[in-house]
Amino acid sequence: MKRFTCGELVEVITAYLDDALDEPSHAAVESHLACCADCGHYLDQYRATVRAVADQPPEKLSDRTRDRLMSAFRERRKP
Amino acid sequence: MGSFAGSALPPDDVIVSALRAGDEAMFAALLDTWSRGMLRVARSYVSTDDSAEEVVQDTWLAVIGGIDGFEGRSSLKTWVYRILVNAARKRGARESRTLPWSALDQDGGPSVDPARFHGPDAALPGSWKEPPASWPTPENQALAAEVRGLIGKALAELPPRQRIVITLRDVEGCASEEVCDILDISPANQRVLLHRARAAVRERLEGYFRSVMAAE
Repeated sequence: MKRFTCGELVEVITAYLDDALDEPSHAAVESHLACCADCGHYLDQYRATVRAVADQPPEKLSDRTRDRLMSAFRERRKP
Repeated sequence: MGSFAGSALPPDDVIVSALRAGDEAMFAALLDTWSRGMLRVARSYVSTDDSAEEVVQDTWLAVIGGIDGFEGRSSLKTWVYRILVNAARKRGARESRTLPWSALDQDGGPSVDPARFHGPDAALPGSWKEPPASWPTPENQALAAEVRGLIGKALAELPPRQRIVITLRDVEGCASEEVCDILDISPANQRVLLHRARAAVRERLEGYFRSVMAAE
């Protein structure tokens, strides 16, 4: 059975979360996580980081550019 | 504000026929929904906010002119983002901000400092020396705002390729296949860039939470 050290496990977390690991590696990650609270903790923080990154303030086109694009669309795509 | 803004957009074929038919509400919805992410991605390639806005504007003009020729071989979003990335690359090159997409050296190596794990002579080689400390839940508004700002800064300081990938995946919520299509990179390459970017941001958060907890 495949085994990961903690140092190896932290390098495959993105692949694990993306379901991109082969079956033995995926199972090895799960069995490591089942008995290693430290890596479980790291995984939680990694997930929390991904959630926090998603929470960036919204950006917006300037009204000037938006108006210009709406007119361009209107001109070009007259029904 | 179009009727679709803020909610999920309809399927591609509905959007494409509406755009071809000159449906302004649909164009407005698309413009308002996608421009936010497009600005962010453009900014990773060019040096000023104005340049980024121009790149996004040029992209939409190309979309308006080219929608009749869209063949649906990729998703509409991928097609639009590919136009964007090409325009941003060209613009970035003019501003002498070329991104060396071929070199991976900056992105190689472990994403967590090897010194944080026990060496080969330890009882449990490769296990944590000092486990990751628990983080406070940023419940209060001030802390949440500070974390947001910190992440914005951490993203801006990432190597450009990592920044573009994490922006597309985690800020904009693109699927990994979409990111590979948009940037024309392999799934393995995409994953390495994303992993390093996320690990770097996590490390910044860890340092921040450590200082917050030490101050308490």
